[in-house]
Amino acid sequence: MPENVSALQLVLAGDPALFAIVRLSLIVSLSAVLLAALIGLPLGAWLALSRFRGRDGWVVVLNALMGLPPVVVGLMVYLLLSRSGPLGSWGILFTPQAMIIAQTILITPIIAALARQTIEDLWLEYRDELKAMNVGTLGSVATLLWDGRFSLLTALLAGFGRAAAEVGAVIIVGGNIDGFTRTMTTAIALETSKGDLPLAIGLGMVLIVIVMVINAAAWGTRRFGERMAG
Amino acid sequence: MPTRRSFLAFATAASLIASSAAFAQDKSIVVASTTSTQDSGLFGHILPAFKKKSGIDVRVISQGTGQALDTGRRGDADVVFVHAKPQEEKFVADGFGVRRYPVMYNDFILVGPKSNSAGINGTKDIVAALKAIKGKSVAFISRGDKSGTHAAELDLWKAAGIDISKDRGTWYKEIGQGMGAALNTASASDAYVLTDRGTWLSFKNRGELVIAVEGDNRLFNQYGVMLVNPEKHKHVKKELGQAFIDWLISPEGQKTIADYKIGGLQLFFPNANSPGA
Amino acid sequence: MSMRPPVTNLPILLEDVSFVVRDVTILDRIALRFAAGAPTVVIGPNGAGKTTLLRLAMGLIQPTAGRATWGGRADASSDRRAIVFQRPVMLRRSTAANLRYALEAADVPSAERDTRVRELLALVGLADLGDRPARKLSGGEQQRLALARALAKDPQVLFLDEPTASLDPAAIKSVEDLIRDITARGIKVVMATHNLGEARRLAGDVVLMHRGRIVETSDATTFFNNPRTSEAARFVAGELLV
Repeated sequence: MPENVSALQLVLAGDPALFAIVRLSLIVSLSAVLLAALIGLPLGAWLALSRFRGRDGWVVVLNALMGLPPVVVGLMVYLLLSRSGPLGSWGILFTPQAMIIAQTILITPIIAALARQTIEDLWLEYRDELKAMNVGTLGSVATLLWDGRFSLLTALLAGFGRAAAEVGAVIIVGGNIDGFTRTMTTAIALETSKGDLPLAIGLGMVLIVIVMVINAAAWGTRRFGERMAG
Repeated sequence: MPTRRSFLAFATAASLIASSAAFAQDKSIVVASTTSTQDSGLFGHILPAFKKKSGIDVRVISQGTGQALDTGRRGDADVVFVHAKPQEEKFVADGFGVRRYPVMYNDFILVGPKSNSAGINGTKDIVAALKAIKGKSVAFISRGDKSGTHAAELDLWKAAGIDISKDRGTWYKEIGQGMGAALNTASASDAYVLTDRGTWLSFKNRGELVIAVEGDNRLFNQYGVMLVNPEKHKHVKKELGQAFIDWLISPEGQKTIADYKIGGLQLFFPNANSPGA
Repeated sequence: MSMRPPVTNLPILLEDVSFVVRDVTILDRIALRFAAGAPTVVIGPNGAGKTTLLRLAMGLIQPTAGRATWGGRADASSDRRAIVFQRPVMLRRSTAANLRYALEAADVPSAERDTRVRELLALVGLADLGDRPARKLSGGEQQRLALARALAKDPQVLFLDEPTASLDPAAIKSVEDLIRDITARGIKVVMATHNLGEARRLAGDVVLMHRGRIVETSDATTFFNNPRTSEAARFVAGELLV
């Protein structure tokens, strides 16, 4: 990025390098949310409906995993994906795929734990009626996921918020490579450490705006949907 | 309805990941380098020139020297480009690097508060300056991160006859971070800090910091580049990596390095052909 | 819906059935027979075990002692039995969608579902409310929708747990009329209530329960005019059974 232009002006003028950074951040975090949802929603639903010995212990573990420190996840994934590590042959360290994997690991527990809570509450409500209507387990899960979709959307949002805001995991496994693995959060970290505070602040504002817009859109969808479906 | 939706979501995620994977396969190498080289803006200047000539994408991971060498040892980079000659030579001797090529040098400078709390501002003797700092227990920030700069700092304390690990006091603060962070901390706490000139020239948060000591030839900072040994890590892109190294030490590459200026001042001085560099 | 000769689920026989949960006896050695015909009203004070009895007879819970059979079979599938709970839960969808869900769960072919939705909504008097979110219906309307959902299964036996407990008189009347209509179509209704007046209005047979035991079972005329047990007499007279 050109040095002699005020960083804030860059932000406002839509500099292409900045655009690439924002685009990468969204691709990485949204992909992570998608993957984490594919794993976490069924997992949460299954845990909500299952009754086996030690189940409550697993619920506690899942809730605790919501607090996984991003930098620790980053380190673990780094060790896995390093050429000297077990999955080194994949050759994806320092690429966006590694970042997606790390963030997926980070937010799957969040989505699964919140989904479990939502679905379990809904299951307590619906259980007798569904049983009386002869709905089987798979059908019940599908019904719970669909009827609870607005609360589940909130869970996905919480996951996205975590992913978009974190820097510890993506900077370790991505390497903050200029034009390739640099996201908004890693760019902010870099520019701050270089002492380029106006640019860092500008990026920070862009990040906040994006996160707020997505939150508002999801909130709006939820309100609209609730009015429709009660 | 939920199943169709989840299939769509999966397909989107898979295609996103696949498309970025495809992107990763084109001509590219990973270079592990240092934060000071990155923060100086050098790569932003020389890499586009190299890409134009060779079509090779250079992806730079900037870490401390210690971490960059470790990345090379693990095989997670194709080329290592740092400024710590003894460690580089050990890297090659241990079989992790093929050969060390000198590339360029810049110098370290001691920056400190305008108020001249150690009474050394404007002098040329770095060893005397360090003795004064310790003598007056003036605040000093150390990178403490096994980087090339950190190694140079430790060597200078030794040259001043000070065993800094034993003789340190609360005035000596190790932050375990890169050059930019160290400068930020020094600026915020009116402390002295050893930095490379390149990072200083592009650093924007100077506060009350000024150059205190420069020009001592003990402040000389040599950069070297090495190809990670393909015999240790078969996947290393040896042709592309070597092409980058060859360009760096070629007259064209050396001129591109010399052309990099901040505020009209040259930061790096190419010396690939100097004996003993 | 057509008149059906009840064959598979009836009679429902409970032989020496007990239901004990964590050392609390909720049902104590029940012997009962539900046969085709006029509604059977299960009556008694709160806590008598009426709800548990209905759930057991529906097949939702297993007795801890004794056995239950449906039409002579011990393990009859419940697809021709339906139940409406005391506080029915509406799915978070429209009224019509709730009904469609019940029809799908009852394996009604998709080609017929739209017709059946219209028929059932008309039957329970909710024809104009098809698009309203079900959770926004009034208490009486929700009760009627729950009835429609139960009827979607085309049941031979319909269990109703205090269907009018929380309704105002106008709503009570419409639900009771519906029950008469359903009975007229040949469906066996087994209904729990603690409301004596309602029992008088609807019952063909009466089962009086108290503290998990059957106090008396007889046809309605006998029960209300000439009860055999003193407890039944006191209950009919309006006294509290403690």
